[in-house]
Amino acid sequence: MLTERTIEKLRILAESAKYDVSCSSSGTVRKGKAGMVGNTVGGVGICHSFADDGRCISLLKVMLTNYCKYDCAYCVNRRTNDIRRATLSVSELEEITMEFYRRNYIEGLFLSSGVVRTPDYTMERLVAIVRDLRTVHRFNGYIHLKSIPGASRELLAEAGRWADRMSVNIEIPREESLKLLAPEKDHQSVFQPMALIQQGVLENKEDRRRLRHAPRFVPAGQSTQMIVGATGDSDRDILRMSSALYQQPTLRRVYYSGYISVNTYDPRLPVLKQPPLVRENRLYQADWLMRFYQFRADELVDDLHTNLDLDVDPKLAWALRHPEAFPVDINRADYERILRVPGIGVKSATLIVNSRRFARLTSYHLKKMGVVMKKAKYFITCGELSASYANPIVGVNEMHPERLRPLLVSEAQRKRAALEQQMTLDFGNNEGVTTTDGTDKTD
Amino acid sequence: MLIYAFDRTLDGVLAAVFDAYSLRQRPDALIGEGEPLPLFCDESHRVATTEEKARRVWKGLEKHLSHEAMRMLAVSFLSEDRELDTPLFHYIYKVFEAKRSLERNFADPDVLFVTNTARRVMHERLRMMQFIRFQKAQDGTYLGVVHPDHSVLPLIIDHFRDRFQDQPWLIYDARRQYGYYFDQREVTRVTFEDTASLPFDLRTGQLAEELLSENDQLFQRLWRTYFKAICIKERMNPKKQLNDMPRRYWAYMTEKQ
Ligand code: SF4
Repeated sequence: MLTERTIEKLRILAESAKYDVSCSSSGTVRKGKAGMVGNTVGGVGICHSFADDGRCISLLKVMLTNYCKYDCAYCVNRRTNDIRRATLSVSELEEITMEFYRRNYIEGLFLSSGVVRTPDYTMERLVAIVRDLRTVHRFNGYIHLKSIPGASRELLAEAGRWADRMSVNIEIPREESLKLLAPEKDHQSVFQPMALIQQGVLENKEDRRRLRHAPRFVPAGQSTQMIVGATGDSDRDILRMSSALYQQPTLRRVYYSGYISVNTYDPRLPVLKQPPLVRENRLYQADWLMRFYQFRADELVDDLHTNLDLDVDPKLAWALRHPEAFPVDINRADYERILRVPGIGVKSATLIVNSRRFARLTSYHLKKMGVVMKKAKYFITCGELSASYANPIVGVNEMHPERLRPLLVSEAQRKRAALEQQMTLDFGNNEGVTTTDGTDKTD
Repeated sequence: MLIYAFDRTLDGVLAAVFDAYSLRQRPDALIGEGEPLPLFCDESHRVATTEEKARRVWKGLEKHLSHEAMRMLAVSFLSEDRELDTPLFHYIYKVFEAKRSLERNFADPDVLFVTNTARRVMHERLRMMQFIRFQKAQDGTYLGVVHPDHSVLPLIIDHFRDRFQDQPWLIYDARRQYGYYFDQREVTRVTFEDTASLPFDLRTGQLAEELLSENDQLFQRLWRTYFKAICIKERMNPKKQLNDMPRRYWAYMTEKQ
């Protein structure tokens, strides 16, 4: 039975869970079943609301408990923090999930937990909840379960039978940095459960080839998260790690979480006046380019450019570094080359290759198809935008990248990036501000 | 300029195409019946809509267009956008002229307009799937009231029937004053004769308190609490919130009430 006290617990446990950025309900299509509640729609899932910070609310993202025996420096729930602690009962959590779902508030549950007693003790509770949801409450919606570091193979195997997605967060790309901040963890503690889940998924695929109705195992695959700006790790470290992870067939998404100075008293951590949101956004753009635009990590960051350019998006940055790849002839070039043009996305590239069979495309058509001509015009030739004596082409090669660049960066964009660089500069020199709940900002 | 006047139905657009071909004409525009003719109109024709004409044109279209394109034509009409009538007519007219599919020729302004309109409707369909909020009534019915720009209810009932097959629900369009009721077996279209006696507020969708199920208020409060708690203050971004969840939907959403 739910009471006023439940409301308070939910508040505490949502606040403790909110730094995990994943909320997506993507990756699996499952129709409704007779006698069960819910379905999953696939694609990118459904966002049911958007919080005041603009982030999508798709799943009920909550911890079973925010007590934790570990002391990871970047985490608000670390045992040395003096914050309010709470634990939801198994039945409370199940009831909230079902009632929220039936009111169309959520797509399902994203459940995690602090580690109490032992990893297996904690993991057992989580598994019990997802098992109950499926078998007692007949819940057929989305379940994302964050696995507890150090949980046994058996528990992972059972969790995978009930969950749509499972995640293990890497948090810090370089192992030295991770060990420094989270002495109880190392890369092994992340990659081992990842490998176990992967093995489960692949074996399950085999089983289903023989037995079509064998129950599915983690059908929406795995995701993980890396914190950005809590250590000196570069964008190259991060993107190389992502790129390696995407080689694994079951790893679907890597999330990037701009570090928010939750534990300002810890000298191992920088005191950031604001989270590095521009950098985080650039990383998402780079990630997107790797997944949908056939860019490789080493094209986006290299020895000379270990961090992404904050002023311009990584695709434009690449184009400015590679004027020799342009101009691209809209009426002739392959889809892949058209995709590389700044200002042209997957949607407009598809429209272009479909339409040009009917007519020679001009910039009028391109504009109508949603191409950002302000950017694209320096990188293409099309109908009337081609070199002629009367109308010489003015593109990236004629103007030179360094002169073109300032034309493509808005003042506001530049200021935001500069401000962020300033705000994150005092990396490592901690002011020693101590707060009681670890969530106060320094400004 | 040649103008066709029609009855503002999808069948009417199809019948207009039928008439145009049988009269060997190519009208410049379609207007609704009873509307004043534009200034430079020198000839007009009144389309008599019949099911037979509409059916024959639709069947004919099926020979040239993909299933998906046919659906997009129908979806675009749910926009209730008056600007759509003429481009939609021309699109269909041109398909018969070209005797092949134009559906992917987005360089054609009519095709592009119809496609973009259909996309807008589909976008709002998604928004309904996102933002509909149910309250549970004492009798166990879940009530969700919405106020969409386009007439998208017919496009979402399959989703809700599949998802909530073990609960009775009523989804009501407050703008168009009709809804769909699901009794755990089938969906029926419903209207209420007397809107004054509706058990809920048309502007907020709120069910009268005495009709709410016992715990519903508690769950609404839980949801509002969660909504606030999940926000990271350091990342405040009201612009993105408004962009992804436009204010016009807020009136009916529990977390914003
Ligand atoms: S184990 Fe998880 S909850 Fe516990 S301190 Fe580390 S990151 Fe936080």
